[in-house]
Amino acid sequence: MNEVGNPTAPVYGIGAEFQSARDLYLAAEKIRDAGFQKWDVFSPFPIHGMDEAMGMKRSILGKVVFFGGLTGFLTAVTMQFGTSSFLYPLIVAGKPTNLYTVPAFFPVMFELTILLSAFTAVFGMLLLNGLPRLNHQLFNWDLFKKVTEDKFFVAIEAHDPKFSSRSVRDFLESLGGINITTIHGD
Amino acid sequence: MSNATATATSAEPLTADEKQLVRPPLVLNKRTMGWISDYISSIVEGKTPTWWYISMAVTVPLTLLCLSLLAYLISTGVGVWGNNHPVGWAWDITNFVFWIGIGHAGTLISAILFLTRQKWRTSINRAAEAMTLFAVVCAGIYPALHVGRVWMAWFLAPVPNANAIWQNFRSPLLWDVFAVSTYFTVSILFWYTGLIPDLATLRDRCKTKIRKFIYGVLALGWRGGNRQWRHYEMAYLILAGLSTPLVLSVHSVVSFDFATSVVPGWHTTIFPPYFVAGAIFGGFAMVLTIMIPACAIYKPLGDLVTVNHVDKMCKIILLTGSIVGYAYLMELFIAWYGANPYERAAFWYRAFGPYWWAYWAMMFCNVIAPQFFWFKFFRTHLIWVWILVQFPNMGMWFERFVIIATTLARDFMPSAWGMFHPTWVDICTFVGTFGLFSTLFLLFIRFLPMICMFEVKAVLPEADPHYGESHHS
Repeated sequence: MNEVGNPTAPVYGIGAEFQSARDLYLAAEKIRDAGFQKWDVFSPFPIHGMDEAMGMKRSILGKVVFFGGLTGFLTAVTMQFGTSSFLYPLIVAGKPTNLYTVPAFFPVMFELTILLSAFTAVFGMLLLNGLPRLNHQLFNWDLFKKVTEDKFFVAIEAHDPKFSSRSVRDFLESLGGINITTIHGD
Repeated sequence: MSNATATATSAEPLTADEKQLVRPPLVLNKRTMGWISDYISSIVEGKTPTWWYISMAVTVPLTLLCLSLLAYLISTGVGVWGNNHPVGWAWDITNFVFWIGIGHAGTLISAILFLTRQKWRTSINRAAEAMTLFAVVCAGIYPALHVGRVWMAWFLAPVPNANAIWQNFRSPLLWDVFAVSTYFTVSILFWYTGLIPDLATLRDRCKTKIRKFIYGVLALGWRGGNRQWRHYEMAYLILAGLSTPLVLSVHSVVSFDFATSVVPGWHTTIFPPYFVAGAIFGGFAMVLTIMIPACAIYKPLGDLVTVNHVDKMCKIILLTGSIVGYAYLMELFIAWYGANPYERAAFWYRAFGPYWWAYWAMMFCNVIAPQFFWFKFFRTHLIWVWILVQFPNMGMWFERFVIIATTLARDFMPSAWGMFHPTWVDICTFVGTFGLFSTLFLLFIRFLPMICMFEVKAVLPEADPHYGESHHS
């Protein structure tokens, strides 16, 4: 079996290459059924239905973004009523400064809701993905560079409770994986 | 369809009726995933082509012209522009609305066509989003400098001034500040999020250390695992969902600058939808203006941005152009039917007053010229498409000029009437913004992938995890 990375460093996991999105999908279903926990499939593009094949639930991001949007909305409410009704009521054309003036405040409420939701969506996504980071053990594997081009990979991590290097290798081979490689850290 | 019929049809050749249901492929010549990465990355990785230097030799001096005239304006005063009483908004707000409108097509393609599952958008969304950003950069110059004392522009930010007076949040001009700055920020986030997997592709192909460092940092350590794609796709979907109402709100808020005033010709409820349709109309014209030459230079891109794409964009131009034409006619009808003498006079002056030429130029460019796109010939011959989309580009500028300059030039009282004449600074600054826009776009083509590689790969037939299986299984 191939080995990459610093051989004295702890093993990150075992990787295997697959030839198509379909092969990867079928392999993912079998790895899920075998009961592995710490593993992932890698592909140049998101594969439709892969979440179910891996047995994962819907991303939590949508719920997080709701609170981001709520923060934006409340910021706008506080900012506009706080300044226009309390700190320095500005009477323009005899218009009210109390709650009745709320329609004129809708555009800013809307924009800040969108703004903070978008920030939460992007930075929340990065946070959930553990990004940004400059390096990763998988980058020790030269072949893995093709994942952003046209190749598909599976990696089962050594942290997984069911991990043992021999059985995982045989298992990946039985799924049709090629170039099975043990990946060490730096 | 039941399983039995599905089995039968998959085995037999398609009948004529069924062939109509099969969509044309999005990527021509059976290009593979490897080809898509190779070709699009090679544009960024290869030697800088001569035409790029020649183009930059034109656009960079124009950019510098724009910047030096802005410096001249700041050091001398707004008087170097032709703005006067009564035409206080003149070319700067005309150009602001013109540029911000162009941006809208990019967001429409990236957000609305994404939510409506229009897969053909994948090959044009990156360039269109970049165009949005650069158009908003050009747009932002004008209101910032239009305030006169540009070092006072911080008065727009929600902080109290020296007299502890806060902003008037009921002013549409302040709404505009929030709308445009939110639009710009969200557009950058959307664009960058879309770039992350493609930057990772560039990172993984790098040969030199410097490139590897730069693209490596920009790619943020993306690995393409499904545990990442899962959140990534959700983030992209949410951003699309947020951008859709946002893009509709931005030009609506821009139109509130006019519609909430009491000036005849501006005080109309039709403005928000009419502005949004016009923005999409003008923006698609600009997308085609840029993409057709880009695909002519990089010929194999024709397999990704096909005639089918151009055809669809022309149809959108035809649709939105017709909406704009309807809005023009409805404005005239309401001016007559509303029986307000000032409103009637305002529209009479637009069509037959001293600025009649601008009005009829607008009518011809925006209403008559796009009607050629009813004919397939004009939608599929790229040279004709390119010539015809120049009319919306010009027409949409004339529309904003008509709305702003002719309306302000003829107010309620004849004693307050006056004409606007642009100065050389007005003209050269505006020409310079095209240089800025083109320079930014040329830099984008040179250093970032022009087409969203991972999304194009995802619409290939072999990207389907059930590719090759029969449908009834």
